[in-house]
Amino acid sequence: MNLIAPESLVFWTTAIFIIFFFLLKKFAWKPILGAVKGREDSINKALMSAEEARREIQNLKADNERILHEARAEREDMLKDARDIRNKIISDAKEEAQKQSHNMIEAAKSAIESEKKSAMIELKNHVAELSLDIAEKVVRGELSNKDKQLELVDSLLGKSTLN
Amino acid sequence: MIAKKSIKCLVTVILAVLPFFSFAQHGNEHGEEEIEFNASDLINGHIGDSHEFHMFDYNGEAYSFYLPVILWTDNGLTVFSSKEFHHDNSGHHVVEKGDNSFVRDNEIIYYTDKYATLTADTKNAFNFDARPLDFSITKNVFSMIFSAIILFLLFFAVAKSYKKNDKAPKGLAGFMEPLITFVRDDIAIPNIGEHKYAKFMPYLLTIFFFIWINNLIGLIPFFPFSSNLTGNIYFTFVLAMITFIITTLSGNKTYWKHILMPPVPKALYPIMVPIEFIGMLTKPFALMIRLFANITAGHIIILSLVSLIFIFKTPAIAPVTGFFVLFMSALELLVAALQAYVFTLLSALFIGQAVAEDHH
Repeated sequence: MNLIAPESLVFWTTAIFIIFFFLLKKFAWKPILGAVKGREDSINKALMSAEEARREIQNLKADNERILHEARAEREDMLKDARDIRNKIISDAKEEAQKQSHNMIEAAKSAIESEKKSAMIELKNHVAELSLDIAEKVVRGELSNKDKQLELVDSLLGKSTLN
Repeated sequence: MIAKKSIKCLVTVILAVLPFFSFAQHGNEHGEEEIEFNASDLINGHIGDSHEFHMFDYNGEAYSFYLPVILWTDNGLTVFSSKEFHHDNSGHHVVEKGDNSFVRDNEIIYYTDKYATLTADTKNAFNFDARPLDFSITKNVFSMIFSAIILFLLFFAVAKSYKKNDKAPKGLAGFMEPLITFVRDDIAIPNIGEHKYAKFMPYLLTIFFFIWINNLIGLIPFFPFSSNLTGNIYFTFVLAMITFIITTLSGNKTYWKHILMPPVPKALYPIMVPIEFIGMLTKPFALMIRLFANITAGHIIILSLVSLIFIFKTPAIAPVTGFFVLFMSALELLVAALQAYVFTLLSALFIGQAVAEDHH
């Protein structure tokens, strides 16, 4: 193996390697490692912020859902209230109508009653007058002869003694 | 699709085998006796370093990319082109420069006068009396500069694209970013810890990509690639040394306490403390040997398979060799990435041990 003189390669390797190392360090490794590190950091940061955004969106979604839910519940409530009010109005109206009709019926009844009473009274008076007339006519017929007058007096007397 | 693939396979095999055919013709054209093929010479030539970048042979002549030779001699610095050796590697061609004259033998440059006195035993790279200090831009150094420029342009472009685009990475940045985050998330953070890894990231990224691209360059079998830089033990030695220095310098109180006052009875200190010190050294030593051995072994296997053609002296073996070379090349692609990963991982592990807080 022809090694040449050992000092040649030892000297040049040392010199070239050292120069080469410092040149590469300054012009290549520093910028490259820096850029790689910087990009890794920025990627990590981007991933983290993406995660954050995802979480935020999830929160937002949950919020939306909650709000929707609440709105739905509110609508439900409002509908229920409206239904109640409607029912109440209807029942009130019914009640009112009933009351009114009742009153009207009552008034009619009382009117009818009073009419009936006055009619009755009138009727009674009429009947009394008629009776008196009839009685007068009967009495006049009965008492037209003397015997009949005496008989009546006797019967009346007989009844009164029995009393 | 299949046709396209098989054409690719064929081209790969031809490219891998082509240089050796021209090598084989070398002897014939000069009308000499056919040179005995020596696989170990060929392999050594390919996995070793050299002063010039051999591109190809044409008409028996070698065409090379000539790199500068830089020598620190007894009389000062001397610079000249490796062309002046005229491909001589056996100490015959003398190059005169100022007061000095040099010869080259097996890629080692000696002073001419002292070379004459050397014997086979003293003729080696560590004989500093007989040779000047050699700081040449060799094939491996050239390849290292080349890979450093490619990597720098690549990552500079990536860094620039981040400045313009702060969205998801596109194009080149999109391709490189998983690798960078892989080093960060699977190597640095598990081994060094969430709080301390950032300081060591530039180093880990640099060695990971530096080793990987040089492993890959070594697998491409033509100019301006094909050097065996990461399979060179001096290169791995320097990288392991740098990891060792960083580990030692960033060692905290716990780390040093573990070495100087290990949790054993005091009577064992004379044994334990030296062992701990050896342990400090074996870690980077293992790093050095592992990378060197893995890459060199891969190259040797591929080159040996190709050499089979010349050992059997028949092209009939070529399909078998081609298939195995293809298989090995695919395996080496995996090894190239794996060894860069392992080196970086172990560096991170050692640094992590040095900066770890006490958990006892």
